[in-house]
Amino acid sequence: MSEELSFEKSRAGYDGPRLPAPGVPGLSPEQGLPEKLLRACPPRLPRLSEPEVMRHFSRLASMNYSISENFYPLGSCTMKYNPVANEVAAGLSGFAELHPYQPEETVQGALELMWLLGRALCEIVGVDRVSLQPAAGAHGEWTALRMIQAYHQHRGESRTEVLVPDSAHGTNPASAALCGFKVVEVRSGTDGRISLNDLQAKLSANTAALMLTNPNTLGLFEREILEVAAIVHTSGAKLYYDGANLNALMGICRPGDMGFDAVHVNLHKTFTTPHGGGGPGAGPVGVKADLEPFLPRPLIAERDGAFRWDDDRPLSIGRVRSYYGNFGMLVRAYTYIVAMGGDGLRQASLDAVLAANYLRERLVGTLDLPQNGPCQHEFVASARNLGPQGIRALDIAKGLLQRGYYAPTIYFPLIVPEAIMIEPTETESKATLDGFVTALEDIVRMAREDPDRLHHEPDNLPVGRLDEVAAARNPVLRWVPDPDLERSRVGEVVAGASAFGIGSE
Amino acid sequence: MLETLGVDSMDRLLVDIPAQLRTSGLSLAPGLSEPETMREIRRLAVANQVFEDRLTFRGGGVYRRFIPSAVGAVISKPEFYTAYTPYQPEASQGWLQSIFEYQTAIAELCGLDVANASLYDGATALAEAAMMAVVQTGRHEILVAGYIHPEYLEVLNCFAQGRGFAVQHHSAAGEGAASPGRVAVSSGTAAVIFQQPNFLGLLEDAPALVELAHSAGALAIACVDPISLAVLAAPGEYGADIAVGEGQQLGLQPSYGGPHVGFIACRGELMRRLPGRLVGEAHDDQGRRGYVLTLTAREQHIRRDKASSNICTNHALCALAATVYLTYMGPPGLRSIAETSFRRAHALAADLACLPGIQAAFPGHLFFNEVPMVVPDSAAVLDRLQRRGILGGLPVGRWFPELENVLIFCCTELNDPDSIGELVEAVK
Amino acid sequence: MGERLYTQTHEWVSLEGNQATIGITDYAQSQLGDVVFVELPKVGAQLQDGDAFGSIESVKSASDLYSPVAGAVVEINGELQKSPESVNKDPYGAGWMVKIELSGAPSVDLLDEAGYTAMTVGNPH
Repeated sequence: MSEELSFEKSRAGYDGPRLPAPGVPGLSPEQGLPEKLLRACPPRLPRLSEPEVMRHFSRLASMNYSISENFYPLGSCTMKYNPVANEVAAGLSGFAELHPYQPEETVQGALELMWLLGRALCEIVGVDRVSLQPAAGAHGEWTALRMIQAYHQHRGESRTEVLVPDSAHGTNPASAALCGFKVVEVRSGTDGRISLNDLQAKLSANTAALMLTNPNTLGLFEREILEVAAIVHTSGAKLYYDGANLNALMGICRPGDMGFDAVHVNLHKTFTTPHGGGGPGAGPVGVKADLEPFLPRPLIAERDGAFRWDDDRPLSIGRVRSYYGNFGMLVRAYTYIVAMGGDGLRQASLDAVLAANYLRERLVGTLDLPQNGPCQHEFVASARNLGPQGIRALDIAKGLLQRGYYAPTIYFPLIVPEAIMIEPTETESKATLDGFVTALEDIVRMAREDPDRLHHEPDNLPVGRLDEVAAARNPVLRWVPDPDLERSRVGEVVAGASAFGIGSE
Repeated sequence: MLETLGVDSMDRLLVDIPAQLRTSGLSLAPGLSEPETMREIRRLAVANQVFEDRLTFRGGGVYRRFIPSAVGAVISKPEFYTAYTPYQPEASQGWLQSIFEYQTAIAELCGLDVANASLYDGATALAEAAMMAVVQTGRHEILVAGYIHPEYLEVLNCFAQGRGFAVQHHSAAGEGAASPGRVAVSSGTAAVIFQQPNFLGLLEDAPALVELAHSAGALAIACVDPISLAVLAAPGEYGADIAVGEGQQLGLQPSYGGPHVGFIACRGELMRRLPGRLVGEAHDDQGRRGYVLTLTAREQHIRRDKASSNICTNHALCALAATVYLTYMGPPGLRSIAETSFRRAHALAADLACLPGIQAAFPGHLFFNEVPMVVPDSAAVLDRLQRRGILGGLPVGRWFPELENVLIFCCTELNDPDSIGELVEAVK
Repeated sequence: MGERLYTQTHEWVSLEGNQATIGITDYAQSQLGDVVFVELPKVGAQLQDGDAFGSIESVKSASDLYSPVAGAVVEINGELQKSPESVNKDPYGAGWMVKIELSGAPSVDLLDEAGYTAMTVGNPH
């Protein structure tokens, strides 16, 4: 199955949808503007009718895997089911059609929703105040580090290093570097948890913060988190919580109580806003009181049930994006929180931990499990037991695609060789998990009996394994027209444009 | 499942969590059924006033435009909106191909060689472009010329302070558009940034600003309105090195400011400096064409602290809306929208200028579909309009004290001639 | 070419008169996998001993390249732009990267063949 590019399907002569005519007197752009400000050559966009457009994108849709279709065991990504009610809520005209520069008195419902969502997030993670502005997890990380940077600067301290464990998400060091910090790696101990000794050794008067996720990326709870917090705080540094793994903890324990000073939350993981093929997400940031003055502005202020934007925050790091955040995602997350309630959120986390432990137990003997249990919401397996057969984590991943499952996160965390990181989430049934185990057992059997066949999977999808080396050596990042065809096409469009204008109605 | 695990309670799975950290639950209301949930959500939705699209004359970066029904139908397909980032290409060809088409469409609109898979919004796209210029030139000063979106400038400053480069703003106070002769480029200038049309809606002398940047060995970064590019010169046509902008107008609802989509396109030589995801063509061993995420070694999950950016997501679903929009509109549709917006804004400006006490803020300055007008008392005018259900021009005095009582009026293809008449009548 | 010496960061350097030729070792290329891109400095760039002079990318990894000598870049291997696979196929020949005109003595920390081999055997990562 393959689908031509829309650009290749484009056909001359089609004029797009019927559109309103200007209906007012006056000059056209060509008449009203000097030539140097005008476009010389129209953009070579496709020309397709509505049925052609719908069929093109429907066929493309059918070439995707999605959570609405089946299970995503992606570790660290918390691919839980996205309730449809969220979509209905965000689509209400009272939200979707609001202009960001409407007067405050006309958007009280939107402001109240954001206020309530902020308060709920404060309760869930145990902090004092939240900014909803960051558009994604990495954006939230960077926002938190900017605040910590501003906090130290305000106190007249120049702290230039950020500590990051070797098991951290790649966004942690990248976000720190984007703030101009030097990244210093802290080693994990043999049990997969942060090494207190190495932490002590790397901490200095120059340390601005330690970035940590808990449970960590191996799915293990950092048992010594209170000691970690005490050590970090004694040195005057701040403790930052990467919220990627919050789904293990809701209603069970809170990052704020562990001693974290700043926390980002991925609404697209824990709070069921859809991943949308890679975004939009949302990455609100919450902080304890001493970092509050540095939060991005504006913040929502409430008085007697009326809400307004408070822009008068002199110590704020400023804005981290335009307007107020990915509002549509905030509506979805709030809808989820209302539907789940405090009891439902706690149950979700308990179920997520149970599902991960169950799946882990079922895989004993099938895959190598480097860490001792129990795990929290996810665990890391390894394909190194299949090394003698020439089978790597990648082959296991591709074998799962062949069998109708998405692949787990592979080759991460970096500290586990041939890592296969699995996070089932609470929204999958036991039957789904059992089916997944059966598929993995089948793959491992094939790895032992006929490894070469496994190397050639998948062969039942629109394409087989693609040559990524060739793609990177000679990057083709866009369609380019056939030059001969092009000359005639551009001629046509230009002719169309000059004859166009009002008459097309 | 507990049985399989050989444990009798969940507590056995939570043993690693210190007892003093364990809580018994959250102080949040208990969960609700779907109808009860939606009742609470609707309560909040109806507490907002929605201005009719045809009676919205306010832009400032977010616009009411016609969104073809096909756009909503495609982006609400669960196969698109509930999919993950396409890390496994064999199971994600639909997403990868649509992003490849998006990259092509954006590059075409901007008249540049390549575009990435999208960014969060126009403001962060501008900041990312500035950081590309700093890395590419090894210089540490960004010059911003003229009236750019004040929130974009604020975001740029926030990134610059963290990353350690300087932002110099040459405002065009009192003049409306930047004067290239007054923007002091130097051998330390990494890039000159301008917005076309600028935040007030006025047209900048983009070719002259690009020439100025290049005369100092700096890059030229154009922040552009994608609809205007159906009519106005493309950044690539006047020599800009990087183009960025906000793609909300390409099929996305205003949604109180987001989620929308930032776009970024550049000349081929800068390709490896692009932040975020890129999709490229690839082939399998049977020679079948497909698409993969490529040049990933620039990105955070590989380069970690040396990555070109910390960007992990793009705004794929919003980029998909833009792709469907551009695919359906095609060159003639896009041009029609742009021309109608242009003509109606000019008709509105002419009608308003006939009213006593109202005039163009910068007479003689060229504009596209937004126009700054001076009114006697902007708060009173807006109040009058609001009582008739009209969202009037954007007041900009809070950002630019020199423009007190200036309202930026915006027209799109949705502001029909009758609505323009209603506005003029209400302003009187 | 003169004798090949090695760095802890897996570059090789060969000295001839006042000129050093630099590339990455066979061990380094085997660890990186298929090289897809090599970023090199401009001719004329001034480097200090230990400076990063460029970077090298495979599909799944990226590394900086460090100069073990101080001096000015006098020549770069432009062919790598078109055929980065030379780094895999012939790391000590067609896969060379830059030539540097020395401005001082080379680093004293350079390893000889035996020393480098011992290091890579002891450090299989």
